[in-house]
Amino acid sequence: MFLRLLAALQVTLSVWALSVFFGAFIGCGVTWMRVSGVLPLEWIARAYIFVFRGAPLLVQLFVVYYGLSSFPAIRASVFWPFLRDAFNCATLSCALCTAAYQSEIFRGALAGVPHGQIEAARACGMSGFLLFRRVIFPIALRQALPPYSTEVISMVKATALVSLVTLWDVMSVALKIRNDTLVTYTPLLIAGAIYFVVNYLIARAFIFIEQWLSPHLRARSA
Amino acid sequence: MDWLTALGFGERGWGPALVDGAVMTLLVSIAGLAIGAALGSLVAWAKLSGARIAAAIGEGYAALFRGLPELLVVYFVYFGSSALLTAVGHLLGFEGFLGVPAFAAGALAVGVISGSYQAEVFRGAFLAVAKGEIEAARSVGMGRWLMFRRIIAPQVLRFAIPGLGNLWQVALKDSSLISVTGLTELMRASQLASNATHKPFTYYVAGGALYLALTAVSDRAFGLAEARATRGMRRETT
Repeated sequence: MFLRLLAALQVTLSVWALSVFFGAFIGCGVTWMRVSGVLPLEWIARAYIFVFRGAPLLVQLFVVYYGLSSFPAIRASVFWPFLRDAFNCATLSCALCTAAYQSEIFRGALAGVPHGQIEAARACGMSGFLLFRRVIFPIALRQALPPYSTEVISMVKATALVSLVTLWDVMSVALKIRNDTLVTYTPLLIAGAIYFVVNYLIARAFIFIEQWLSPHLRARSA
Repeated sequence: MDWLTALGFGERGWGPALVDGAVMTLLVSIAGLAIGAALGSLVAWAKLSGARIAAAIGEGYAALFRGLPELLVVYFVYFGSSALLTAVGHLLGFEGFLGVPAFAAGALAVGVISGSYQAEVFRGAFLAVAKGEIEAARSVGMGRWLMFRRIIAPQVLRFAIPGLGNLWQVALKDSSLISVTGLTELMRASQLASNATHKPFTYYVAGGALYLALTAVSDRAFGLAEARATRGMRRETT
């Protein structure tokens, strides 16, 4: 039983990794629109964040998987080979959802960069991409890590929902085992333990990254 | 039949079903948040009191339900609560199966998850209350219950409103998972409508729009509550 659940972990982790990865890029784009200063872009970004943070992920999954496939126009289009597969739909939907949350995290991190640092950099003559690369990005990255780890762990938990759009992830395999063998709690308990261990490892990894990125805040070994 | 008729309140429209679902979503979310508030304040109390065993139990509970997927918790509470109730019934001599209603199981699941986050909100809000207030209350001779009722609870609630507003939104979205237990809240109502009419896009988008409406109204309501609760407080000028 345990081995079957572990095999399904591969589906869970690939949905999670792909959606976090692509969500980061989409989120960067949305954040860029949000802080651009161009009003129409800002409105589009705010609308995107409102929709994808306000609606439950389950609704978003169902709209993409069941809703989009009901249109003949989409079934005839060039996207159909992609959208026909449940894995692609689920990953796309999760990526869009996490992009909204990640964009807010990035925006908060950018706003948290101390203004004095930017002023000093400009006084030295830095501007544009150099200013971003050397000053804003490192500081914002450190500030973004704690909420980002929370979001990444939330994403692992959210991938449990893809069991409801016909993907065989840990959750649906556990339920199937439960139905087939009529053992009531053990499959769910093992599935819970698997998720718990994965989340714990991710949390530890982020703590390690945070410590690695802030050597100036660590206690000095004198 | 175009989408307006499909969503409308006429003879063949599913409008009433969706609105009923939205009301059920609100009710189950409120119930869940209330259970979460009770659990969260207990855990916050345990952590703040310094009693090591109670604090450890609270810490374990919070860590457990923050690490488990919400869907798993919903399934577990739904299956487990019925089994527990049946076992209790057997102990008391009752034969047969005792089922917990889907609303109760769903609200309990949402509450248990929400409670683990609300514990942190309440703990942070309590620590934000000025120590001088509690000292002054003690020196005036207020008993513990009076102090809690008059001094601690109002101020903790005031500081907790932003966090609670956030957790309310989370509870609203987690309530959509209760649809797997069969409770006809908004998600399940949209599902039933789309299955009956084979128009999934219309009904899932309509359900999503109703969730967004609930979110937007809640946002505004919590903003007003926060403005009223923090009236007169000195604000940091950024």
